[in-house]
Amino acid sequence: MATRADYKGQERPTWCPGCGDYGILNALTRALVEQNIAPHEAIVVTGIGCGSKLPHYMRINGLHTLHGRPVPVAQGIKLANHDLRVIVVHGDGDGYGEGLGHFAHEVRRNPNITELVQNNKIYGLTKGQYSPTSERGKRRSTTPQGSLEHPVQPLALAITHGANFVARGYPGQLNHLIDLIGQALQWPGYALVDILQPCVSFNRERAYDYYNERIYLLEEDETYDPTDRNLAWQRAQEWGDRIPIGVFYRGERVAGYELLEPALQKGPLVKQPLSRLNEAQIAGLFDELS
Amino acid sequence: MIENNLTIRIGGEAGMGLESSGAGFGKALVRAGLQVFGLPDFYSRIRGGHNFFTLRVSEKPLYAIENPVHLLLALDMETVRRHIDDMVEGSAVVYDSKDEAPDALRKPGVIFVPVPLTELAREIGGLDVMRNTVALGVATGLLGFDPRYVESVIRDNFAKKGDAVVESNLGCIHAGAEAAAPYQEQFVYRLAAIPDAPRRLFINGTQAFGMGALAGGCRFVAGYPMTPGSPVLIWFAQHAAKYGAVAKHVEDEISAINMAIGAAHAGARAMVPTSGGGYALMVEATGFAGITETPVVIYNAQRPGPATGMPTRTEQADMLFMLHASQGEFPRFLFAPGSVEELFHTGWNAFNLAERYQTVVMVLSDQFLADGFRTIAPEALDFDAVEIDRGALLTDEALEALETPYRRFQVTESGISPRALPGHPNAVWVATTNEHDERGAISEDPQNRTIQVDKRARKLHGAEHEAPALTRYGPDEASVTLVCWGSSYGPVREAVDRLDGAANMLHFNALEPFPPGAEDALRQAQKTVIVEMNATGQLEQLIRVRTGLVMDGAIRKYDGRPFRAAYIIEKLEEVA
Repeated sequence: MATRADYKGQERPTWCPGCGDYGILNALTRALVEQNIAPHEAIVVTGIGCGSKLPHYMRINGLHTLHGRPVPVAQGIKLANHDLRVIVVHGDGDGYGEGLGHFAHEVRRNPNITELVQNNKIYGLTKGQYSPTSERGKRRSTTPQGSLEHPVQPLALAITHGANFVARGYPGQLNHLIDLIGQALQWPGYALVDILQPCVSFNRERAYDYYNERIYLLEEDETYDPTDRNLAWQRAQEWGDRIPIGVFYRGERVAGYELLEPALQKGPLVKQPLSRLNEAQIAGLFDELS
Repeated sequence: MIENNLTIRIGGEAGMGLESSGAGFGKALVRAGLQVFGLPDFYSRIRGGHNFFTLRVSEKPLYAIENPVHLLLALDMETVRRHIDDMVEGSAVVYDSKDEAPDALRKPGVIFVPVPLTELAREIGGLDVMRNTVALGVATGLLGFDPRYVESVIRDNFAKKGDAVVESNLGCIHAGAEAAAPYQEQFVYRLAAIPDAPRRLFINGTQAFGMGALAGGCRFVAGYPMTPGSPVLIWFAQHAAKYGAVAKHVEDEISAINMAIGAAHAGARAMVPTSGGGYALMVEATGFAGITETPVVIYNAQRPGPATGMPTRTEQADMLFMLHASQGEFPRFLFAPGSVEELFHTGWNAFNLAERYQTVVMVLSDQFLADGFRTIAPEALDFDAVEIDRGALLTDEALEALETPYRRFQVTESGISPRALPGHPNAVWVATTNEHDERGAISEDPQNRTIQVDKRARKLHGAEHEAPALTRYGPDEASVTLVCWGSSYGPVREAVDRLDGAANMLHFNALEPFPPGAEDALRQAQKTVIVEMNATGQLEQLIRVRTGLVMDGAIRKYDGRPFRAAYIIEKLEEVA
């Protein structure tokens, strides 16, 4: 059985006291333990930013990639070794800014990847610029008159592109977040958990007080049906006095697209013997050319 | 009669099926025991414009094309207009008799052969587009070439489309041959099959590199279509299911290389095929592979840049870019194979080097080399020499025997650290694009930084022997030595042959590491003239930086078209 001790890392996080990333790290660890996944069976692929240092702060396989690029890296890992649990963790600048294109294409492919987004609606590591998910009018160092852009709608975007498991969590509701990550890990295809991550240093107007006043659980709304895609798409854009968290959409349990690859029918690519071509294979290649 | 020594060119608009006709006819000639060099010349468009395919035929091996054309199969009048200047005395132009061939286009001594190409195609095959097959039939008739070879290729190529398609194509060939009969006597060129010739392959650079990479264990290819690099992606996509590989056309080149790095990190031998503009998008991730010491192979079939440049044309102008691409410093390999044989060899060897040295291996090709077909013996692709060496990759047994915690970036004398793949309980580790310590933890410590930069650099300090020696061709002593790299090998080799003792060649296959014997070889030359397809003399600069040597002369060409031996000889008179 996997235990929390198995996941204990050697490095101390560089995060600010009160950062939502602590809760996300805690929730991920506990969800992995609850799902009885051992550290060597999984790999956490991250981008660049405060939150993306996460695999350094636990004991797990990690690949801390480039800003905006963890999503394609994770897909490459999954295609090469689909026995590994591939978990992508990155921030909103990373996944919804620099990597937004990769995000949309990943969703439409449906790899069996669990994606956790530390969405703090701000650039923390570069000291507080507005982000792709900041509300319009955000005044920061690069937008002194206020941003003119509408925020990216990641949940609606994922639903639009065919994601079958789309959720939003909040570290202020830790048990709920653990449960969401657990469901995402169990999902056979692509699963998104967007996480409202309070940044207590650079986005204080979107920290715990703001969210605690507004958040409600979709699971407690008896009228809500998470299998209704149109309803999910609408609810995914609800933002203001009331902010929903929970599973927005739970569609068909479609297995990861990597399992459709002809070459992977015999098992993960890296577990197939890597040998020289045999006589018949070479002859086949020559036949094409003569 | 002039037998088995001529150039055939088929031209027309894009969409007329010129590439398949050219490659198919070339294959038929090779089946007849002839030596063929084939090169498509295309504009970057789907319809219209002017495209052509050149087939140079001989009984001796060929390495490039040449300009004199002896038989022009003109599917439109534009083809006549563009190529009439290349037609020599006694040559023939086959054209569609529905088109007028104006007197202004008629050159004295050139035989004009009007054939109702489109009409016959429509009558026999029901499709205008089969006029190219009729034209190939005319060619067989004029050249007195045994039609069985063309027929056998048609049978193979169209078998999947059913008997009716095969029969109508064969009908087109026969109708074309018949239409040629009245003109055959005036035409002096002939093609005769060589009895009992050994089996040979008609192969282009794309196929050779694809086969080499596959033989070398490449099992993951990700790319985004970009001429002339994407043919390698297409080749892999078409062979992936059968040979157990994954080939993915993804959303952009940035995704492609990051996926390949992910796959390589997990343990697959991975490659990205692209062209210069696509590689430009991959630059940041090149550094990612460099600092995380991930083995990945990058194939760049160059085309003229900058930016979109000339998509379907050729150039050798990405060498210094590839050599220096990425911020920061880390070791890399850069190869510039000059022939299909070298592309095949580099194709498998690149994956061994990538894994043994745990870094990026770059391979430069270009449109001329990637698309140009040569005729070679099957043994020239030395599958027996292929080995798969995964370097310091830790086996499960080695991991089980580990007594100390695993350190992925362990500082060693060679700079190469034992590499575990993710998935084993004894090696749970993190890699990062940040500078890191031996365990992979982020570190900004100045001492550690120096140690890790040195460790990575050290990997290639002992790797000079991995660079193949310069290829020498021609007499040991010559008044001029032609220095070249990459695809210029073929045309320079032919120039050396024609200069008959007056010149020899030194060809660079490897650029990084700089071949250890290069300096001595260059110093021994009486006079060096460097031949390269770029405007700034990139190899010339590299030689100067690495050896201090200044070349005596340079022939540079950057018009998007490949070198020909005659061009090199002509320019040599000016510079030598």
